[in-house]
Amino acid sequence: MFGKIKLTDLKQKFKNGSFKDALAVFLLLLPYSVLFSLFIAIPVALAITLSLTYFNLIQFPEYKGLLNYVTIITQDSVFLRYVLPNTLKYALIVGPGGYILSFILAWMLAQIQKTPRTILALIIYSPSMVGGVFTGVVWRTLFSGDSQGYLNGLFIKWGLIDRPIQFLQSPDYLMTIMIIVSLWSSMGIGFLAMLAGILNVDEELYEAAYIDGLKNKFQEIVHITVPSMKPQMLFGAVMSIVGTFNSGGIGVALSGSNPTPQYSGQVIINHIEDFGFIRYEMGYAAAVSVVLLFIIWGFSKLAYALFSERD
Amino acid sequence: MSIKGTKINPTRFDKSQIKFYLVLIPVALFMVLPIIYIFCNAFKPLDELFMFPPRFFVQKPTLKNFQELLRTASSTGVPMSRYLFNSIVISIVMVVLTIFICATTGYALSKKQFKLKKRLLAINQMALMFVMVAVAIPRYLVVVKLGLNNNFLVHIIPYLAVPVGLFLTKQFIDQVPNEVIEAAKIDGANDFRILIHIIIPLIKPALATVAILTFQSTWGATEASNTYIQDETLKSFAFYLSTLTSVQNSIAGAGMSAAAGLIMFLPNLIIFIIMQSRVMSTMSHSGIK
Repeated sequence: MFGKIKLTDLKQKFKNGSFKDALAVFLLLLPYSVLFSLFIAIPVALAITLSLTYFNLIQFPEYKGLLNYVTIITQDSVFLRYVLPNTLKYALIVGPGGYILSFILAWMLAQIQKTPRTILALIIYSPSMVGGVFTGVVWRTLFSGDSQGYLNGLFIKWGLIDRPIQFLQSPDYLMTIMIIVSLWSSMGIGFLAMLAGILNVDEELYEAAYIDGLKNKFQEIVHITVPSMKPQMLFGAVMSIVGTFNSGGIGVALSGSNPTPQYSGQVIINHIEDFGFIRYEMGYAAAVSVVLLFIIWGFSKLAYALFSERD
Repeated sequence: MSIKGTKINPTRFDKSQIKFYLVLIPVALFMVLPIIYIFCNAFKPLDELFMFPPRFFVQKPTLKNFQELLRTASSTGVPMSRYLFNSIVISIVMVVLTIFICATTGYALSKKQFKLKKRLLAINQMALMFVMVAVAIPRYLVVVKLGLNNNFLVHIIPYLAVPVGLFLTKQFIDQVPNEVIEAAKIDGANDFRILIHIIIPLIKPALATVAILTFQSTWGATEASNTYIQDETLKSFAFYLSTLTSVQNSIAGAGMSAAAGLIMFLPNLIIFIIMQSRVMSTMSHSGIK
């Protein structure tokens, strides 16, 4: 009896065209899957594999076990003294800092009328459209230590300093400038998503909550706005993590050299490039990449823990 | 008791909004001043660029920096128009192909039922946090292995799979009611026709957003030209402009790099302004659940 049911089921499937359907699904998914595997999945797998080897691009990779990771923790003084602290400082300020800032800005924008909101949102979003390389150009001219440097010119004119400061070559300033520049360009699509999220919260929720005794705007944010737009909060968080680590190279763009002056602006991305594309120690560079992927994954886990609606 | 002060998305001005303007306007100024400065620099004649102390606004605007930029050929003798041509071709192909790939994949992941669907969605969601620069080296090895090194296609093929673009498109297709698709099926439409005549017209805002994001990243991209391409005639406009700007101390460089920065920025800005309402409607479906 069961067999019979199955057989008719199968016949039915054929009549409904579910084999044709399966073929359609396969064809629809094919291009993306192939490209995704080749340029995202395989590189990640390759990074993990290469991180266990010594590889200089010329000879075949030589298996070394966890040696590269041991070297990172015990031998690489540049990594431990400069790169890791710099990366954490930079990532914590630009990531969560930029994220909170973009939420606050989006929330304030939602409190004003449509026309001024659109104009202000466009202005706040626009730095993220300048694009990596030219973000460096824009800020280099502003902070430049020679006669073109606008800030130096301004400070001298006001009598604050009598000699130009080499902002971009000075270990004292570089990191701060990197953080300012990254925050400047961090109001990207995550910011837009949160703005859209805030605007979409059902107005009746607020009214009901005020009847239930909500007292001020802060309570409104905590009890209504954020819980109603958790999905957008999560999307914004993921975008801000990705943006933070993608823009890490800004130190090199600003100072014009890798390594940055006295490693003051050296973050993990620059360290990978330094070992990979300058010293050709691919195995070691891959191990550093894996460490970076773990850091990113950790940050994302945190974001999911905070905002995911799934248990 | 009703809501104190103004509510979200108010229709009228109220005194209680002033405090928000007091924060938003200075922030907006901080965001926009560097851009205005570059804008002014691009039109400054040489003497104003090197005036001391530097002046913010341009006094006697000139197009000389742009003319200079057009006249200068790279050190290897490739004219600027060649780079510009390359970048226009790359951008158009990238935008069209990315839209197509996002629409087909998004349609399958949203409206089709199959075994691996949940897992594929989870993988793509995980890949949202993919940071390309982190695996630049293994990607380089893959590109070389595929024979794409020093090939024009390397500007395009490695950059077509964009998890964020697919995610936004898929979320948007989720909003299309299943009944519409069922009705079309009953009328005898196949998947291809459903995609072209029903899905794509309905998800135009999402596709416009994907187009903008793709254009922005392609138009300003220098990675492929930097790492994969040796032949100067195959490199991108953004790369060419970035070589101009890295010559920090050259006297002509300052004005030209400002002009170059402006050329890179303006198309992004204009396209975004035209499409901004579509982008916002896509973003309201952007949440990760």
